[in-house]
Amino acid sequence: MLDLRQYASLGAALKDALERWPDETCLIEADREREKVRLTYSDFKEMARPLSRALADADFKPGDRAAIIMTNQSKWLISAYSIFFCGGVLVPLDYKLTAAEHLQLLAHSKARFLVVEYYLWRAITQSPEFPRLTVEIALVTEAPAGADLRGAYRWEEFKRKGEPQFVARQREDTACIVYSSGTGGRPKGCVLTHDSYLEQCTALTAWYPFWPGVRYLSILPTNHAIDFMVGFIGPFVCGACVVHLRTLRPEFVRDAFVRYRITYVSLVPMVLKNLERGLRAKFDELKPGKRWMLDRLIGLNKMLTRGRPHVEISRRLLPQVHKAFGGELKALIVGGAFTDPSTLQFFYDLGIPVACGYGLTEACTAVTLNDLKPFRADTVGKPLPGSEVRLLNPDGDGIGEVAVRSRAVMSHYLDDPEQTAQTIVEGWLLTGDQGRLDGQGHLQLVGRKKNMIVTAGGKNIYPEDIEAVFDGLPVKEFCVFAANYLWPQKTLGSEMLVLVVRLEQNQQFDDRLREEMVARNRRLADFKRVGGYLVWEKDFPRTAALKIKRGELAEEIGAGAARAGVVEI
Amino acid sequence: MSAPTIDHTLDEILNLAAAHFKVPREKLTPDDDFFKTLGIDSLQALDLLTRLEHHFRIELPDYELQGVSDFRTLANRIHARL
Repeated sequence: MLDLRQYASLGAALKDALERWPDETCLIEADREREKVRLTYSDFKEMARPLSRALADADFKPGDRAAIIMTNQSKWLISAYSIFFCGGVLVPLDYKLTAAEHLQLLAHSKARFLVVEYYLWRAITQSPEFPRLTVEIALVTEAPAGADLRGAYRWEEFKRKGEPQFVARQREDTACIVYSSGTGGRPKGCVLTHDSYLEQCTALTAWYPFWPGVRYLSILPTNHAIDFMVGFIGPFVCGACVVHLRTLRPEFVRDAFVRYRITYVSLVPMVLKNLERGLRAKFDELKPGKRWMLDRLIGLNKMLTRGRPHVEISRRLLPQVHKAFGGELKALIVGGAFTDPSTLQFFYDLGIPVACGYGLTEACTAVTLNDLKPFRADTVGKPLPGSEVRLLNPDGDGIGEVAVRSRAVMSHYLDDPEQTAQTIVEGWLLTGDQGRLDGQGHLQLVGRKKNMIVTAGGKNIYPEDIEAVFDGLPVKEFCVFAANYLWPQKTLGSEMLVLVVRLEQNQQFDDRLREEMVARNRRLADFKRVGGYLVWEKDFPRTAALKIKRGELAEEIGAGAARAGVVEI
Repeated sequence: MSAPTIDHTLDEILNLAAAHFKVPREKLTPDDDFFKTLGIDSLQALDLLTRLEHHFRIELPDYELQGVSDFRTLANRIHARL
C-alpha cells in the first residue's frame, strides 16, 4: 500500500494510487447478473480527468464544497476523486433521505456543486422546497434522453478537454463534511480533515490490510463513514478492487460473493442477521445424518479456531458454507449499530471471522475493532492504533461514558460552536455511549447516555429530528424520547422511540387521536418511526423561553412511569 | 387481453405477500404498513420485490421501494411499469 505518512491529502494519495497500479482493476459495477462497468486504475484516471477539468473550468475553487447524493456506483467514486483532485470539500449525503431533507442539508453545507442520480434529482425538483435549492451547478447521472433536468447538467456530458491542474491541500484542511444526523433543524455536520482520514486509514489497514487482488464488496451506502473508508479510500490506496451492486436484493448480494470471489465486506447488523437467517434455514433443511455431520464439523472448527482464525482449515472443514461466500472471504466487517453476540459467534463458528467494531461519524470511521486475537463476540474490540479510549466518571462496575481522543476525531461541527463545545471537551470526544474496558483492553458497550437510537441498519435517529412530523397533533404538548433514555438499561438491544403526549384538560385519549398519531408516524421513513406512545399526566417542565426541559422531563417520566406502560403504535 | 386494473394488481400483491411471508391473507389490507403487518425489515421487503418482479415479469429498481411502506403505493409503482 501507499505510505500514507508521505501524503498531505486524500487527493494526493488517490492520485498516486491511480498511477501506482495502472493495470489493476479498481472498480466493478454489476446490476443483477449484468456487469456494467469494469475499470482499471488507469481507466478510472482517464474517466476522472475530463470531469476534473470541467469542474476547474466551472470555477470550482479550492475549499469549495460539492455534495454527492447517489447510490453506490462507479460515478460516486469518480466524482469524489475529481472533487478532491480540484481541492474541494466533499459533502456525502445519505441518498435515503427525503428530497426536503436533501435540500435542507445542501443549504446547511453551502455546497456549490451537486452530483446526483437522476431519480433522486427528479424527487428534489418535485419538492415544494426546490426553489430554495442553493447549489449553483448540479450534475445528474443517467438521465433518460429528453428528460427536463431543470437547469442541471448531464454528468456524462460535463467534461472538458485538457489536463486539469492538481490542487494541493494540507493535512489540516477540511476533506469532508459528513452529517451524523440533524434533519430536524439542527444539522450535525462533522468537519473531518485530510489528516483525520489519512490517520484513520493507516490505523485500519494496519489490522486489516488490502492489497492488489483483494475484492471488497461495497453494499453499505458510500456516504456512510464505514463504506467511504473501507469501500473507497482503503482499497484504493492499496491497489485493491471495489465491487458495487446496483441492486441490494439478498439473492444478488449472495451471488456477488461467489461471482467476484469477495475478500472483505462490511455489513450492518441487519444484513448480517439476514445472512444468518438464510444459512440457518438451509441447515434446517438438511437430512438428519447430514445435519449431524455438519454440527460435528462446526464443533471441530470451533475447537481449532479458539485462539485465532484459521480460514484455510475452516474452508476445508466446511467447504459448502465457504463456497456460498465465494471461497475467498477473509472477514466480515460489522459496525454501525449494536450486533447480537450470538450472530457474531454463529459466523465465527463457521470459520468466517467477523471483525466487529465501534465507531461514529464524529470519530471519522472506527474507534475500536476486534483484532481476532482471539475473536470476541462480547466486545467491540480494542482501540485502533492512534486512538485513546477512556471512561468518564466510571461507576462501581467500571461503567462510564466512552470518550475518545485521536487525530481521526472531527475538528468541529459545521457552524455550531455550541454543540462542538459540548461534544469535544479538552480534546476528548464525548460519545454519549456507555461502556467498560476489560482486562484485555476490549471495550464493551452497555448502553447509551444520549437521547437517540441506532437502528439495526446503522442509522442514528435523534428524537428532535422527527418531532416536526407530530407538530399540530391535537394534544396539549408532546415530546419524543429514546425508550432507553427514559428507562436506562444495560443493553443496546431493543431500541425504540416513544412519543410522550400530555392531553388537554378534560381531553380523553380516543381512537381519532390514535389514528392521527399513526398517520403522522407513517409520514416518516420506516426506520425513523416511533415505536409506541405514552400518555403523561403532568405538564412538561419548560425553560423561561418555553423550551421543554428534556432532561428533566425524561427523569420525571423514568421515575414516574414504567416502560411497560408504552403502548405500541 | 385487457391490461390489469390497479385493484387487480393490488390484490395480486396482497396474495403474494401473504403466501411469501406466511400470514393469513385476510390480515392484510391495502393501506397496511407492510413492515409492521408482515414483521419484516427492509431487506426482506427487497426479497418481496423480487417475488413481485417474477410474478409480474417486470424489472423494478430498488429505488422504487424507497419511502414506500404500504401495499397501495407499491401497487401504483408496479402498475406504472406493467
